[in-house]
Amino acid sequence: MYAYSEFDETFVRNRVAQFRSQVERRIDGSLTEDEFKPLRLMNGLYLQLHAYMLRVAVPYGTLNSRQMNQLAYIADKWDKGYGHFTTRQNIQFNWPKLRDVPEILEALADVEMHAIQTSGNCIRNVTADHFSGAAADEIEDPRPTAELLRQWSTDHPEFQFLPRKFKIAITGAPNDRAVTKAHDIGLRMVRNEAGEPGYEVIVGGGLGRTPMVGKTMREFLPKADLLPYLEAILRVYNLNGRRDNKYKARIKILVHETGTDEIRALIEEAFIEQKKFFQAPPAALVEGLEAAFAPPLFDNTQSLAFDHAQIENAAFRSFVETNVAEHKNPAYGIVSVSLKPVGGTPGDATSDQMRVLAELALKYGHDELRVSHEQNIILPHVRKADIPAVYAALKEAGLGTANIGLLSDIIACPGMDYCALATARSIPIAQEIAVRFDELKLEREIGPLKIKISGCINACGHHHVGHIGILGLDKAGVENYQITLGGDGTETATIGERTGPGFAAEDLIPAIEAIIQTYLDIREAEDETFLQAYRRVGVAPFKAAIYKDETNARAA
Amino acid sequence: MARNFVPQIITANDLFEGDVIYLKADGTWARDIAEAHIADSAEQVETMLKTAYGQQGSIVGAYAMKIEIDADGKPAPDHFREEFRTRGPSNYFHGKQADTKQIGA
Ligand code: HEM
Ligand code: SF4
Repeated sequence: MYAYSEFDETFVRNRVAQFRSQVERRIDGSLTEDEFKPLRLMNGLYLQLHAYMLRVAVPYGTLNSRQMNQLAYIADKWDKGYGHFTTRQNIQFNWPKLRDVPEILEALADVEMHAIQTSGNCIRNVTADHFSGAAADEIEDPRPTAELLRQWSTDHPEFQFLPRKFKIAITGAPNDRAVTKAHDIGLRMVRNEAGEPGYEVIVGGGLGRTPMVGKTMREFLPKADLLPYLEAILRVYNLNGRRDNKYKARIKILVHETGTDEIRALIEEAFIEQKKFFQAPPAALVEGLEAAFAPPLFDNTQSLAFDHAQIENAAFRSFVETNVAEHKNPAYGIVSVSLKPVGGTPGDATSDQMRVLAELALKYGHDELRVSHEQNIILPHVRKADIPAVYAALKEAGLGTANIGLLSDIIACPGMDYCALATARSIPIAQEIAVRFDELKLEREIGPLKIKISGCINACGHHHVGHIGILGLDKAGVENYQITLGGDGTETATIGERTGPGFAAEDLIPAIEAIIQTYLDIREAEDETFLQAYRRVGVAPFKAAIYKDETNARAA
Repeated sequence: MARNFVPQIITANDLFEGDVIYLKADGTWARDIAEAHIADSAEQVETMLKTAYGQQGSIVGAYAMKIEIDADGKPAPDHFREEFRTRGPSNYFHGKQADTKQIGA
């Protein structure tokens, strides 16, 4: 794993000291809130509905056991004994007190973590495929590149005051698990005809108020050209992006208003300039990064324990079916730990659970953990022979839910239970849906299904790319929920289509049930997924099912 | 009370804890909405907001919110967002609903 250089260490410690004095100056009155707010946001500190919230970066979602244990320690010492893992591969603490935050940042720095650039109009924490370095379908581990991007973008003087926030996602595999097409820049590793790895560069994707699927600017960009090309994109954006209107300031709007071909031409032009002056990162640095993410020493001993456990234990078998993915080493599996127990809060883990995860990573997982954008935790390298023991320990800790990729593996943003921008709650909706379908015992029969919920138009819960997306709104003083169908966040990215008027909370669950029932009725075979069926028949039958009863629909 | 004037109270967040607070008649802050002073004219809202803005050293983001008045004559939120702010999140018994009231504003 990547370890901080002396530069990183000094940088992070200085930032903590700086913030400590900023907090003191806010408290003694020498800074007003207007002056202090941008400073605290730069350090990941938000003020939400009921308390402060600290957002901690987990670069490219990778953690080791020591870091996970430290998060547990922070949760116990300064919060309420839990943390919330988010779609941005971050962790958020919901109850820190202002005076404690410098201490918390210090504790994070002790394990090479921080909350820098988790907010503000800068290049945010780079997100990556949570199976990086492990997935069987991967061309190359994208994390050396992600780390290079982190170093390049952290405090980059030209890119601290962009027109708006800027998010980069990267995947080393053709199967896109990092939602690259819904980011300002998405990088998807591909090979050219000569078989060399490079990147497909996708620009201008995003969700929020104006959801858009990113446009491919380069089908294939050689790896060596990555930084100057990204600088070219950012330069074009910095010069041309709309600063007059916050809602039009993201690069997606620039791409949309200017046109893909025109933007591509501008980028290529800037790229030629950029390349002239560009100083490639020293080879030693690049090699160092490659080495930092070198795969662990795998133990290839074959064992039948994994197969036997599946035969003997039906619960384990269903866990394997959903929660274990194919590893590039056949003796290994990738274990996804669901943070979506039925009725729980999606993405939350208690400090005890964090410690169990840390221990399992250390004992069975080459000391690696990942946070997925689907708000789950991944043990990327577990020997198949050890998976039964891992499962038993997870189950014991309330982490054995076998639902990855199924209906109850719901993404939900914090919504109006925490977030000051929310127009409605999202967590209780996720809880109700999971509980209802648990009663129906239909989840396995329904198969792969992604439900994603946001508590406002900002779309932090990715609802536009949910197979079923739910958006909470405030309709004349009542929580109201709009449904979108057919969204997809993978390499075949699609923005979901709105069904029509929204539903009051109590009518929403029956509507979701009707949608699922419609799917079960119309699917041509058991293995035709919800998304495939939707793509075949379109929105019409689903609309008919949810609006047939007029009293069900509350006109929008 | 002036005709057509909807009664209001002043709310903010505590600088140190972030907790929701309400302005009382004496210019200090309560954690419980029931103790909020009800402004019954636009002028009074202005005066109270000034009092609040004068306390930037201990509060954040003061604003006037419209309320309803309950059977006991106490202020009650007229919107679900404000109702949640009086209570805390719905997924855990955390925040105001759990904390003992009146731990010094
Ligand atoms: C204090 C809480 C939060 C605030 C104030 C906040 C604010 C925002 C805003 C204003 C946007 C819209 C940006 C735009 O369209 O220009 C946004 C988008 C987004 N946020 Fe949040 N958010 C919060 C919490 C979260 C959480 C908890 C997550 C992860 C679960 C998250 C992940 C995202 C994502 C994925 C997007 C959409 C992607 C995009 O940028 O287009 N945010 N957020
Ligand atoms: S989608 Fe809206 S409600 Fe949900 S976290 Fe983002 S800003 Fe808050």
